[in-house]
Amino acid sequence: MIDFTPTEEQRMIRESVAAYARDAVRPRARDADEDGTIPGEVIDTGWELGLVQSAIPEAYGGFGSQRSAITGTLVAEELAYGDLAVALHLLAPRLLAQPVIDYGSARQKERYLPRFTHNGLYPATAAVMEPRIDFDLAGLTTVARKGGGGWTLSGRKCLVPLGSRAETFLVYAATERSSGYSAVEGFFVDRGTPGLSIGERERNMGLRALDTVELTLDGCQVPGENRLGEETGCDFERIMDASRLALAGLAVGVARSAYDYARQYAKERRAFGRAIAQNQAIAFMLAEMAIEIDAVRLLAWEAAWKFDQGERVLRESYLAKRYAADMVLKVADNAVQVLGGHGYIRDYPVEMWLRNARGFASFEGLAIV
Amino acid sequence: MIEFKLSSAVARMRQITHAVAEGMMRPISREFDEREHEKPWDFIRTMWSVSKDNPVGGKRGKSGNGAAAEEADDPVRNERNLGMCVTVEELSWGDAGLYLSIPNAGLGGAAVNAAGTPEQRQRFLDRFKEGDPKWAAMAITEPGCGSDSAAIQTTAVRDGDSWILNGEKIFCTSGLMAAQESKGFVVVWATVDKSAGRAGIKAFIVEAGTPGMKVTKVEKKLGIRASDTASLVFTDCRIPLTNILGSAEVPKTSEGFKGVMATFDATRPLVAASAIGVARAALDFVKDELCKGEFSLRYGVTPTKLSAIERDIMDMETQLHAARLLTWRAATMLDEGQHNNLEASMAKAKAGLVVTQVTQKAVELLGPVGYSRNCLVEKWMRDAKINDIFEGTQQINMLVVARRILGYSRQELP
Repeated sequence: MIDFTPTEEQRMIRESVAAYARDAVRPRARDADEDGTIPGEVIDTGWELGLVQSAIPEAYGGFGSQRSAITGTLVAEELAYGDLAVALHLLAPRLLAQPVIDYGSARQKERYLPRFTHNGLYPATAAVMEPRIDFDLAGLTTVARKGGGGWTLSGRKCLVPLGSRAETFLVYAATERSSGYSAVEGFFVDRGTPGLSIGERERNMGLRALDTVELTLDGCQVPGENRLGEETGCDFERIMDASRLALAGLAVGVARSAYDYARQYAKERRAFGRAIAQNQAIAFMLAEMAIEIDAVRLLAWEAAWKFDQGERVLRESYLAKRYAADMVLKVADNAVQVLGGHGYIRDYPVEMWLRNARGFASFEGLAIV
Repeated sequence: MIEFKLSSAVARMRQITHAVAEGMMRPISREFDEREHEKPWDFIRTMWSVSKDNPVGGKRGKSGNGAAAEEADDPVRNERNLGMCVTVEELSWGDAGLYLSIPNAGLGGAAVNAAGTPEQRQRFLDRFKEGDPKWAAMAITEPGCGSDSAAIQTTAVRDGDSWILNGEKIFCTSGLMAAQESKGFVVVWATVDKSAGRAGIKAFIVEAGTPGMKVTKVEKKLGIRASDTASLVFTDCRIPLTNILGSAEVPKTSEGFKGVMATFDATRPLVAASAIGVARAALDFVKDELCKGEFSLRYGVTPTKLSAIERDIMDMETQLHAARLLTWRAATMLDEGQHNNLEASMAKAKAGLVVTQVTQKAVELLGPVGYSRNCLVEKWMRDAKINDIFEGTQQINMLVVARRILGYSRQELP
């Protein structure tokens, strides 16, 4: 049937993540953006929510929860409502863990999964995006050439979360040029591998609290067993579907934070003898924001539900993500507008949310659900 | 739990309705758009015989709510409103004007169902299960007031065991058929006490053919031409005292008025659904035409590499489906017995805007062919536009949403 009500368990998860976002994250978000760093205790507390550990099967020390993209988008929304950089920092390890769970060989699962359930956040990540204006998931220019019992990787990656501290990178590369998603495979590259250069901390428009780096791969050789899934490989399209769903969920969270803030501000700020929210121009902007947030959320949920049913969701996840990116930008921009001059000042959070929001159009490969 | 699968009952209804839309409505679509004031009687009679099995108010079954959960694997929960949205979308995909011309209890019947006594429901609604085709209509709008329904001037004065109605109504959908051409009725909003404002506004049932009610005009419209839109004039129109819906008392508050307005919470999702059907017709057609050539929709391609037309079509698909999910949400809330005033207005505001954009863009994308009356797309653009206007204009629905999200009254946000 058609049903829009989360399960009791999902409600509980959502509430605990929301409480963390409200109490531990939001109060520190602005300083984190200014300082370019997230306080350790914010991450430690968030790690205790078990969002990555829950995905790890019990055999490897995790909670072994059944994977649910819907639950993932609910979590993504609540974390991003607190702060997008914190959300991505906290969940970046899943960028490596989840594909290992889904596609890893027994050997790869043994090797990597236990690392996520020991003590605190284990820094691992994935590298998808490339620093080119014509970056294309279906046309990666990072390539992997087979030979010498292994693979040789070359190319450049950017916006790699936790890159400064990650011990292992799951690098996606095309095994043949211009052959779409199906040509893409994942390769585990450890820090220190010859041919892998980890760049300086990137300077981005938003996500300033998030450690992201560029990677350069130049004749970087990895053994055959480092190919994700070894002989069987992986389903890159599906991993990217999960990324699109995650991004839609994150976008809804960022948009909601901007909308809530602007709505509250508009009710308090007075001009011409009344609250500015009492003018239709402002009230209608807020009404449109509310509608658009709900609209994107429903599309994301439907795509996530189909994903959980095992259906292919390239179309649904792609359309949801495109809409989410447009929507979050528009909502954040309107939030700045509602705050007028104050919206432009870094004492208020809305300009940060606008800087974060613009990235969604280009973000790919952040499969944190 | 969150789920997006239509039950087999609703899915089957959709399939059947789609066959009606394609097989019975599309072939006569253009004809009844061109011949505006003629009625498609063959279609009407066929739909009447079908609808007598599914009257407003539901069959007298266990739940009495018209739910069709017969199969073991179907949910127990009522799906009446969701099912109607799905059905209405298919009928409107066929032809929105023809859909509105289907004989049924309509808005008038919905009001009786919502606010009438059991005796009134029997007296006015049983007729839809037998005999010749009938229509019921709702008359609210007047020459001087549309959105501001609290400003209506039509009066109802008590005289012995009667009410006497005086006034003029315009833009009454199916008004001709309900007031004059069938044994139907019109639900007329009138005030029993102008000084009381909203609190004085009541709904009255006027049977077809009642002396003093006269159809004075049938409009010529941009679209939905198969549907008759009538002006009704009431001149000392005498109706029984028992034809008032609800209580005759003028309360201190406007609770009664709010009660009738609440009917809109149920009808707004249906109008949104109808709009979505029209837009889907246009979108389906455009995609089919484009795909006859070299065109393909490359989902997954980096967005900056999409062609302009790919981008347009993807936007249309996305927006239309978003409107559909918002509509289903509003309908599902009704089925779950939840208050859906905010969600119904969100759905209507979004749908009205989206279908206008989608159908207008569809004509554009078809070049000169889109402009020709040999092609139904120009008709769908004309049919779509009304959905952003009736049952609450987009601006009024945005105002409803705004007041709700801000917690403002009418006075605080005029």
